Amino acid sequence: MAERRENKKKDKGEAKAPTKDGAKAPTQVDAEVPARLAVKKTYKLYLGGAFPRSESGRSYPVTSADGTHLANASLASRKDARDSVATARKAFGGWSGRTAYNRGQILYRIAEVMEGRHAQFAEQLVAAQGITRAKADRYVRAAVDRWVYYAGWTDKFAQVIGGANPVAGPYYNHSAPEPTGVVVVFAPQGAPLLGLTSVLAPVIATGNTAVVVSSQTAPLPAIELAEVLATSDVPGGVVNVLTGNVGELGPHLTAHADVDALDLAGTGDRAVEFERAAATTLTRVLRPGPEADGGEQAWLDTDPGTSRLTPFLETKTVWHPVGV
Amino acid sequence: MSHTATAPEATTNHALRAHLYGLPGVDEVGARARAQDLSTRSIKTTAKAAAIDLAISMVDLTTLEGADTPGKVRSLCAKAALPDPADRTVPKVGAVCVYPDMVATAVEALRGTGIGVASVATAFPAGRAPLDVKLADTRRAVADGASEIDMVIDRGAFLSGDYLKVHEEIVAVKEACGDAHLKVILETGELNTYDNVRRASHLAMRAGGDFIKTSTGKVAPAATLPVTLIMLEAVRDHHAETGRRVGVKPAGGIRNTKDAIRNLVLVNETAGPAWLTPDLFRIGASSLLNDLLMQRTRLSTGTYPGPDYYTQD
Amino acid sequence: MIFEYAPAPESRSVVGLRQTYDLFIDGEFVPAQGGEYVTSLNPADEEELAQVAVAGAADVDRAVAAARRAQETVWGRMSGAERGKYLFRIARIIQERSRELAVLETLDNGKPIKETRDVDVPLVAAHFFYYAGWADKLAHAGFGPNPRPLGVAAQVIPWNFPLLMLAWKIAPALATGNTVVLKPAETTPLTALVFAQICQEAELPPGVVNILTGAGETGRALVEHPGTDKVAFTGSTEVGRQIARSVAGTDKRLTLELGGKGANIVYDDAAIDQAVEGVVTGIFFNQGHVCCAGSRLLIQESIAEEFLPRLKARVAKLRLGDPLDKNTDIGAINSAAQLERIRELTDTADEEGVERWSPARDLPESGYWFAPTVLTGVSQAHRVAREEIFGPVLSVLTFRTPEEAVTKANNTPYGLSAGVWTEKGSRMLWTAERLRAGVIWSNTFNKFDPTSPFGGYKESGYGREGGRHGLEAYLG
Repeated sequence: MAERRENKKKDKGEAKAPTKDGAKAPTQVDAEVPARLAVKKTYKLYLGGAFPRSESGRSYPVTSADGTHLANASLASRKDARDSVATARKAFGGWSGRTAYNRGQILYRIAEVMEGRHAQFAEQLVAAQGITRAKADRYVRAAVDRWVYYAGWTDKFAQVIGGANPVAGPYYNHSAPEPTGVVVVFAPQGAPLLGLTSVLAPVIATGNTAVVVSSQTAPLPAIELAEVLATSDVPGGVVNVLTGNVGELGPHLTAHADVDALDLAGTGDRAVEFERAAATTLTRVLRPGPEADGGEQAWLDTDPGTSRLTPFLETKTVWHPVGV
Repeated sequence: MSHTATAPEATTNHALRAHLYGLPGVDEVGARARAQDLSTRSIKTTAKAAAIDLAISMVDLTTLEGADTPGKVRSLCAKAALPDPADRTVPKVGAVCVYPDMVATAVEALRGTGIGVASVATAFPAGRAPLDVKLADTRRAVADGASEIDMVIDRGAFLSGDYLKVHEEIVAVKEACGDAHLKVILETGELNTYDNVRRASHLAMRAGGDFIKTSTGKVAPAATLPVTLIMLEAVRDHHAETGRRVGVKPAGGIRNTKDAIRNLVLVNETAGPAWLTPDLFRIGASSLLNDLLMQRTRLSTGTYPGPDYYTQD
Repeated sequence: MIFEYAPAPESRSVVGLRQTYDLFIDGEFVPAQGGEYVTSLNPADEEELAQVAVAGAADVDRAVAAARRAQETVWGRMSGAERGKYLFRIARIIQERSRELAVLETLDNGKPIKETRDVDVPLVAAHFFYYAGWADKLAHAGFGPNPRPLGVAAQVIPWNFPLLMLAWKIAPALATGNTVVLKPAETTPLTALVFAQICQEAELPPGVVNILTGAGETGRALVEHPGTDKVAFTGSTEVGRQIARSVAGTDKRLTLELGGKGANIVYDDAAIDQAVEGVVTGIFFNQGHVCCAGSRLLIQESIAEEFLPRLKARVAKLRLGDPLDKNTDIGAINSAAQLERIRELTDTADEEGVERWSPARDLPESGYWFAPTVLTGVSQAHRVAREEIFGPVLSVLTFRTPEEAVTKANNTPYGLSAGVWTEKGSRMLWTAERLRAGVIWSNTFNKFDPTSPFGGYKESGYGREGGRHGLEAYLG
């Protein structure tokens, strides 16, 4: 990854655009006084419900599919990663202690707020991925519906995967799933919105808290999504978003002893290395599936079932005697 | 359920333990639900006006800071005697509550007002001092003119099962109090379970406490509604058993009129109207009084007053 | 000091009552073909609230046809995810209009505002929310990989929890792809009609939900209509039997949620204050108009003498009166007919020598009222121990051993609910295991949740509503 000051793509992109448009010969463009200068957004990290810059003070340029400079994203550091795990841990007790109904309400609220920002997400996908607006609309709608889908799972997964066990003896015996704890989610690289939503929503639906390492090249949708989360009654710290380099952050997060599970979807070639690092503290690992490198279209399945819920759940079994 | 049986003369830890463990359990969820249900009572208009005046008369206006000075205590006493300089119909508060070394100052400042001085004692708030120190602490406060003593129980002894030690300390402090009323602080935030709150309440009442009090205000959680509910049930049951009415004092965390009125509803519907008097119910608070005064003005004038119209002491 | 609570009435202004309400068929409010109306009263003061249309056979035909059309052309074909989103919308609108619904329910039913506000309406929204989430997950519910809707459901609900019973019926039916024709009770139709407006507001396709108002005849025409695939009924055991007879020989599926005579067993080691509270909630919640009410207190003899004075002291603190007052614990009896039935059954207790106690208080002069009543010295032979009173009347019986408690608790043709109060977990489980009832509450009572299945053993009906289990009744 090139840091901002080394990058020249922006100029190239701008120079290209007029020629692409066709007929006009490249001529000198006169500087004009704009009627109004647009106010651009600063993209920062999302940590503990707030939007701080990286403690390192670094950023990196984010470009569109055709190379146009879009914005600068914070380049998260090892210390940001450490802080994000701490804040996720702090939020775990409260979030896992909410009623399933309440978590469902909040996830549904995310869908509501996201729907209201549909155009913004779609524009961003068009820019980031160079896809048609129609395709982008489809992915945004699917992402909104994905939140609705997991909002429905919050108070149902325990009924589907837990239950009474008919042990041979005078004992009541019951198994119920519980969230495993802090989950580090490496979001899919080529699927910055629908893919991200598809891996993040199931993690927090069950009461885990998450540290997300966003798509490295297309991090802006992750921060937009963080803004949605921040205004959807999701308690601070339940989701933390780091933008930056998987190679830099990954080793610290995967070996971190206070991380309970990893979703390695976006780790590419490093998946095995990270799985090994996780083994030291027996951190649970969800390996990248076939959809991990497939882009947004690979995440369109409307009913992934419990496949992304159970990897981040523990089963607790309770025995109790039955007798007067 | 043995708790209605007359308690045996407590001489051994074993007997005390048997008594306390014979009390019926408290179901946490049920107790919380009952307190929550009562907290939805809607107290309006005339009922609210009466409740506010009653609550003011029950406030133990408190300052318990390391930084307390005679000046601070004197200004608090002035406030106690005349809570709202603009309105002389406001009742005076129940008592002023200070550290032992401030008792003489407070007594002097309150002379002629009819307001008593309550003093925390017994190495408040931790209570970690030898018994003779605790007794000296108590005697000195009484000698300086305190009419009420707020002692802390030995929570360490209670949690380690040495109920006899807790009992004996209360008995000794009660004796040291002479004519002063004894409030026994259970520090419910450290007792952790409602079962323990009930047991500690009965232990304190058996040992002769005139009041049972939730908290020092230095430990969170302090006076929660379920804890106060359980203590009110305890004094109700103790009265049914012995004919003696013991008072209850929630302290800490009661900051506004709504909280205070919820407490009064709890008293009304649990221990009963007989407890709706400053002789049997007090609220330990510092910032509550101004909110009560503001709500009182709001009721009588119909407009919301601002905080600057009330004295900050 | 006597702490008198000043009146604290909830404002009626949130409710805009119309003078007349028509039937809701195929997405529109339409007059009944017979042109007949009945009056819905406020049982607390006998004030007329509105005129409500009475649906006849022709209206039932229309409604069933509309439901069929909607099921076949729209609702049954729609993806589960999209169906779910309609239900989420409905849940949200219910949350938004919650105070209006609570006040209207209190006006029409007579139950206290604190119950409609804090229990009924929140549970209604939660029920729609819960089943909304199932709509696209039916393949995971344990009823096969591709469960199918039944078609059109005929649903008849009672007056004790009008809107909540509507939610229990409509939410799972719609989530599974069925369409419905629902008849609310004749004394409490108004919130169902506001629900019809909510369906319009949610842009629910016409015909998916149809609401027919009317009395017993309308209900009979609906459940006997040959055009439906499913009948769901909540109400009396007697009517339940008639319905079971009428669907015999048809292809219709049937679920029934009927009467009860729930036993609340209090062991001598119970947490006594919470047990007193639970026994009071168990029978006096909703004026005892609860099929799963703990109408029989089975108290262990060794603590009966201590328990009963505490119970009576607590009952004496219940505040009876204006249902719209936020401090009211006990509201009005729903109808003159129900009041008459409660009186008649309770009078048999006097004749049979049972001791009757109520706290001394005056009842309001207009409206239908019955003081909370505790009957002591009741034995299994007394009518008040056997028949469902469906009112604020508690029968107190004693037992000596756990075996005897279970025997007495089960000694009824009903089997809907029971309570067990003990601090000993193993005894609780032992007792629960032996009780022949569909819902056992331990150290609590009258708790409901959309995730938790509800329904009875024996003559309390069959089928379960709520939870994953509640889907089964609407899937083929």
